[in-house]
Amino acid sequence: MKRSLLPLGFFLLLALFLGIGLRLKPQEIPSPLIDKPAPAFTLPQVEDAGKVFQPQDMRGKVWILNVWASWCAPCRAEHPVLLEFSRLGAAPVVGLNYTDKRADSQKWLQDFGNPYQVSAFDSDGRIGIEYGVYGVPETFVIDKRGVIRLKHTGPITQAVIRDKLLPLIRELNHA
Amino acid sequence: MLERLRATVLLLILCSPAMAGPDPALELRAARLEQQLRCLVCQNQTIADSQAQLALDLKQQVREQLARGRSEQDVIDFMVQRYGDFVLYKPPVKPATWLLWFGPFVLLAGGLVALLLTLRKRATLIEEDEI
Repeated sequence: MKRSLLPLGFFLLLALFLGIGLRLKPQEIPSPLIDKPAPAFTLPQVEDAGKVFQPQDMRGKVWILNVWASWCAPCRAEHPVLLEFSRLGAAPVVGLNYTDKRADSQKWLQDFGNPYQVSAFDSDGRIGIEYGVYGVPETFVIDKRGVIRLKHTGPITQAVIRDKLLPLIRELNHA
Repeated sequence: MLERLRATVLLLILCSPAMAGPDPALELRAARLEQQLRCLVCQNQTIADSQAQLALDLKQQVREQLARGRSEQDVIDFMVQRYGDFVLYKPPVKPATWLLWFGPFVLLAGGLVALLLTLRKRATLIEEDEI
């Protein structure tokens, strides 16, 4: 009796491990930048090459940095959600236009609407590397002191906004 | 005099780093490093094997940093600071990865113990039979 239970035990243990394996999301690599200061940079703006954007321009505000590119299909899918989020006015949204051509990104913003207060133009992706970007779109929540508090890889959805972004922004604004 | 000056200038241009071809020692160091770094887009490849844009950009970073005189460890630290341990193709040994590194040996030891116990039991059974 006892002996026959042993294979069943092994089977259940294996099933448990495989079940955990199925739930893991290997696409979401935890970022080492959480709770670290957002890397500083100075980049020209997408809309106006004569103006620059720097993260320290946003000091004192809780803000969103959204990494996007005109060639990125998931960014296109995310776009309406981001527009709606931007309209809510919960936090200013800044774009980091990653490895793109200026004409393409300007056209993209004109055609589909511009959710960004401003977009920084990272044409060779160097600043993307500073932020550990590996799969656009990526979204960072940065607090008033310029510290990265959350990173979301992949398109943000209504559920992500409701369950992750808005509660965190509210909390950080009160801090 | 002018001729000589012209020759000197030409020599200087030819000797400048911009004119030099890829340095073989640097290439070798870069290639070895690229074998140790994971491509984060195509997760089961190293950046050496990958042609993804990010892998190309990271390879560029590796070369530039080595050319600037930074060590292999500096470059690895640079990558880990931005992308986390996941960027290392070979996971580091630390408490969070002990199960990964030593789990197989624990399983092996468990199997050996089970085998020994079974064999001993069988031996005693046979002895009892003989008596």
